Amino acid sequence: MDTFSASFHAALDLLFQADAYLYGIVGLSLRVSCVAVLLAALVGLPVGALLAVAKFRGRRTLTVVINGFMGLPAVVVGLVVYLLLSRAGPLGDFGLLFTPTAMSIAQAVLVFPLIAALTRQIVEDAWREYAEQLDSLGASHWQQALTLLADTRWSLSTVMLAGFGRAIAEVGAVMIVGGNIDGVTRVMTTAIALETSKGDLPLAMGLGMLLLALVLLLNALAHGIRIWAAEHAR
Amino acid sequence: MSAMFPLVVDRVSFAPSGQPVLREASLEIAQGSFTVILGPNGAGKSVLMRIMHGLLAPTSGSVRWGALDVRPKSQAMLFQRPVMLRRSVLANVAYGLLVNGVPKREARDHAATVLETVGLLHLAGRPARLLSGGEQQRVALARAAALQPRILFLDEPTASLDPTAVRAIEKGIADLHAGGTTVVMITHHLGQARRLGQHIVFMSGGRIEERTPASVFFRQPQSRAAGNFLREELP
Amino acid sequence: MTFVRRLLLTALVVAAPPSQAAEQYITVASTTSTEQSGLFGHILPEFTRATGIDVRVVALGTGQALDLARRGDADVVFVHDREAEERFLAEGYGVHRHDVMYNDFVLVGPQADPARVRGEADVTEALRKIAQARAAFVSRGDRSGTHAAELRLWHAAGIDVEPAKGLWYKDTGSGMGPALNTAAAMNAYLLADRGTWLSFRNRQELVLLVEGDRRLFNQYGVMLVNPAKHPHVKMAAAQQFIDWLVSPTGQAAIAGYRIGGQQLFFPNAKAQPRATSPAAVGEVPDV
Repeated sequence: MDTFSASFHAALDLLFQADAYLYGIVGLSLRVSCVAVLLAALVGLPVGALLAVAKFRGRRTLTVVINGFMGLPAVVVGLVVYLLLSRAGPLGDFGLLFTPTAMSIAQAVLVFPLIAALTRQIVEDAWREYAEQLDSLGASHWQQALTLLADTRWSLSTVMLAGFGRAIAEVGAVMIVGGNIDGVTRVMTTAIALETSKGDLPLAMGLGMLLLALVLLLNALAHGIRIWAAEHAR
Repeated sequence: MSAMFPLVVDRVSFAPSGQPVLREASLEIAQGSFTVILGPNGAGKSVLMRIMHGLLAPTSGSVRWGALDVRPKSQAMLFQRPVMLRRSVLANVAYGLLVNGVPKREARDHAATVLETVGLLHLAGRPARLLSGGEQQRVALARAAALQPRILFLDEPTASLDPTAVRAIEKGIADLHAGGTTVVMITHHLGQARRLGQHIVFMSGGRIEERTPASVFFRQPQSRAAGNFLREELP
Repeated sequence: MTFVRRLLLTALVVAAPPSQAAEQYITVASTTSTEQSGLFGHILPEFTRATGIDVRVVALGTGQALDLARRGDADVVFVHDREAEERFLAEGYGVHRHDVMYNDFVLVGPQADPARVRGEADVTEALRKIAQARAAFVSRGDRSGTHAAELRLWHAAGIDVEPAKGLWYKDTGSGMGPALNTAAAMNAYLLADRGTWLSFRNRQELVLLVEGDRRLFNQYGVMLVNPAKHPHVKMAAAQQFIDWLVSPTGQAAIAGYRIGGQQLFFPNAKAQPRATSPAAVGEVPDV
C-alpha cells in the first residue's frame, strides 16, 4: 500500500528532523495526560478503595454506575466539560476553555471511572485476605482503604498506566474543550485528525504510528512492572 | 478486676442463610483464664470465636463484656494464616498501634521493644511477607502483644507450623497469659490443649457439648461426643 | 496521607506550564477553510511580531463559530456567511462588521464527470445536470458558510435536495477537509472553497470542473464580539487585530499568501462604511 510506505517514511523523517512542531505536540500530549491521570487517581484511588472496603447503602448501585461509566464516549465527556467551562456556563469565569488545563480536566473525568473501578477490583481481591485481621486490629474503613492502597501499590501502578493510555489516545474530548489551537492545545490525536482532514495522510499516519509506539511502550512497561513486582516486591 | 470481664456468651446462634451453624451457645470466660475450644471440623468453633471477638454479629443471642455497654477495644486475635502487610516486620508490629492513634515515633519504638522481647529484633527491617510461616506467625503474635490486649483470641495459630515454630508460639502465648492476658484458643492439637489449657470447651455440630476443667476433660469427658472425639483423635 | 500529598504535589508541578510569562492573547473563532488552507499560518505570525499579541484560532464551521461567539467563548469572529453575520449583529452579539477578503467556491468532481458539467459557465445549470443525472454529491451539511452558499445555489437552481438525501445527495455534517476526503473516496461532486481545494493533498480522481460564475463569490467578514454582552472580551487587543486585518499591511499579508504560485484570498476591506450593531458599546473607535 503506497500510503503506508509513504507514512512510514514520513514518520521517520519527522523523528530524525527533530521537528520542533512535532516534539511540541508530543510533549503537550504527555503533559496533558499525565496531569489528567494524577487528578483522576487523586479521587479515583480512594473512591475505589472505599467502595471495596466500606459497606454502605447504595454501594452496589454506585459500583455498577462507575463500572458503566468506564464506557463513557469521550466526545460526550468533552461536550459536558465544554458546557461547564464555557463562558456561558457555570465555571466560565475561570477562563479555562481552550487551554491545556481544560483538556486535562476532560481527560481526568473520562479516566476516573476506569481508575476507580479497577482499583475497587484490585483492593477487593486483596481485602479478602486482610479484612478480618484489619478489623481485629481496630482499623477504620478509611484506614483500611489506605492500608490496602499501599499494599497493592504495584498492581495500582498498572492501573495508572492503563488510565494514561486511555487518556493519551482519545480525541473526542480534547478536540472540543481544547479547540486544537496551533501551538497551544494541539496534541497528537487532534493533530492526526487535522492532518487527515487536510488530506495529508502520510503525515497523519506518521503521527499515528508515533502514538501507537507510545501506547505499546506503555503496555510493555505495565507488563514489565507486573512481572517484576510478582518476583521482587513483597 | 477489669470491668470487661467476665465475657458472657448468652445463647448465641448463627444462621446466616437459614442453615444453623451455631445453636444456642452459652459460656463464660473469666478474667485471666486460659480456655481451649476443641471439636471436630464444622463444629462452629471459628464462628463462635469471631462472634466473641466482634468480627461477626450473631443471628440471635448476645455477647456481654462484664459491666460494659460497648465492645472493649483491648482485644487481639491471631488467625491460622498470619496476615502480613507488604512492609517491614517492624512496620507490621507498629501497625496495630498506628491505627489506634499512637504517634509514629512512639509506635515504632514500642514495636522495637516488643520485637526485642520475643527475640525477633534481627528481623525488624526485613519485608514481612518474605519470612517463613513460623516467623510470620511470631511477628503476628508480637503485633498483637504490642497492643497489650486484655484478651487474646487464637484460631489454630500453630496448625501449619513446624515444631520449632510451634514451641516458640506456645511460649509466647504462655508468657502473655502469665502476664495477665486472658486467652481463648482453638486448636486441633490435643497435646497442645493439654499443655496450655485450664478450661476446655468442647463443641460438636454447632453446639457446646461440655465445659470442663482441662484436668478432668482428658481423663473423663462428660459428653458422649467428646468421648468419641478423644477416642478417635488419640492413637 | 503523605502519599496523597505527594501525588498532589506531582500533579501541580507537572501542570505548571513551561516558563511562560503572561502573554497577551485573543481567541478568534474562524472557519475550517481559513485554517486548513494555511492562511492563518501565514499571516498570524506577522501580526504577532508587530504587536506581541498571540492569536489563538479555534477552527469550526461558520454556524458553530458564531454560536461559540454568542456564548462568549471568543473575542473575534472571522467567517464567511453574510446573512448569518448580519443576524449575529442584529441580535446584539457583535459590535461591527468589516469585509476582509474574498475567495471563490469551485465545483469539483470525478475526472469521468458523469453529469457532464465540465466547463459549465452557469453553476446552477451544472447543479441541475447533477440532480438530473442523480450523480453522487457530497454536502458539508454543517451550517458552515460553504454549506449555506451551497444551499443557496441549489435554491437558485430550483432544486429541492431534501428528498434526495440518503440517495445521491450525501449530507455528511463535516468540515471542508473531511468532506473532500469523503468525496474523493466516493468519486462524488462537491462544492469547495478554492483555498482548501488548492491545499488539499488527497484528491485521488477529483478535478476542478466549474469555476468563475459570479454567484460563486465568497466574502469573508470579521466582527468584534460585543463586550456589552460579554464583559471579559479582550476588546483592545481584539480591536487591534481587526484594525490590522483591514489595514494595508494586513491586506498585503493576505494577498501575499500563495499555493503553487496561485493567490488564494483577495483582500477587499473598505475603510467605510461598516455595518454596526444597534447594541454596540459607545466607545468603539472609528476606523
